Amino acid sequence: MADGAVLVDESKKSLWGGGVSPFKASYGKVMMWFFLLSDAFTFSALLITYGMIRFTHPSYAGAIPDFKFSQEYWPIPEKVFEAFPGMHALGIESAPLIFVGLMTFILIISSVTMVLAVEAGERMDRKGVEKWMLWTILGGLTFLGCQAWEWAHFIHGADISMNAVGNFITGAGLSSNQYGPPNFAALFFFITGFHGFHVFSGVLINFIIFYQATVGILERRGHYEMVEKVGLYWHFVDLVWVFVFTFFYLV
Amino acid sequence: MNHQSPEIEVRPVDKDKVKNFLRVMWYLAAITALEFAIAFTVPHEFKWVRNVVFIALTIVKAYYIVAEFMHLGHEKKSLKMSIVLPMLFVVFLIFILIFQGNAIYNTLY
Repeated sequence: MADGAVLVDESKKSLWGGGVSPFKASYGKVMMWFFLLSDAFTFSALLITYGMIRFTHPSYAGAIPDFKFSQEYWPIPEKVFEAFPGMHALGIESAPLIFVGLMTFILIISSVTMVLAVEAGERMDRKGVEKWMLWTILGGLTFLGCQAWEWAHFIHGADISMNAVGNFITGAGLSSNQYGPPNFAALFFFITGFHGFHVFSGVLINFIIFYQATVGILERRGHYEMVEKVGLYWHFVDLVWVFVFTFFYLV
Repeated sequence: MNHQSPEIEVRPVDKDKVKNFLRVMWYLAAITALEFAIAFTVPHEFKWVRNVVFIALTIVKAYYIVAEFMHLGHEKKSLKMSIVLPMLFVVFLIFILIFQGNAIYNTLY
């Protein structure tokens, strides 16, 4: 070992010649980074496509309080996503963006618990890893539940349906959409669906690593680097949501 | 019940590290709250101001997640650049497709 280290120091040229980690990160971590880069391209393409298709449609020009859903122009997102579970029982008419805001906070907090699991892993603290991984999984499942509710609400439609070209449309599907042009619904399903699938697979992978930590596989291995790798994936899911939140709900 | 194996030495919590993570969490929460405040107080007539601020704040949030939570800010420069520089292609695609979208709009309407 010591001889090898000296050899590397002697010649800087051998940095990429094998035998050392040029990035000072393990193979698995570097490959996770490159996978995430490719995934970032996929999500960027989806979000930029949203931008392009939105620019091919007219935007609503009238006064905001008079806004009505129409297939003639792109809807204002905060008029579409204004429902919260049980709000009618509480006598609230509209809660624009509150539910997605809650989802955003859930994902931020699960990202923090993930980072605490990684920190516990670095200290060989099995109990800490178990605790924080479990909180992270719980956050992911809560987020998925919220998304399922949001999708169900979006598909079934709001209480007031719009009347477009003599047709009465309720809710949103791939071919017809109560809230605006059909493309708006298609992009909603595609982008939040693809992100939701990432959350789902993230929860699954998190659970596998949680299980491995619990039965002591990682402890016997002598390090908890797997927690770090799934952590990268989980943070990426949070990162994508930050962009989805801005470009789908705010802009 | 699972207990730590006796031969494994558990090191104490790195308080500075945890403090840093909590600091980042508060930044992210505060920026999100600020975005909400802007969404509800700044009228839609100032669409461009709103959108520029939203996108700027999003990039700040993305920076904190990638640099601190994903630890990329503390990796070697070559790894940092390998991940960040290819994202320039995305910037390129934004320009291409936004112009394309405008062109389609002008043809249709």
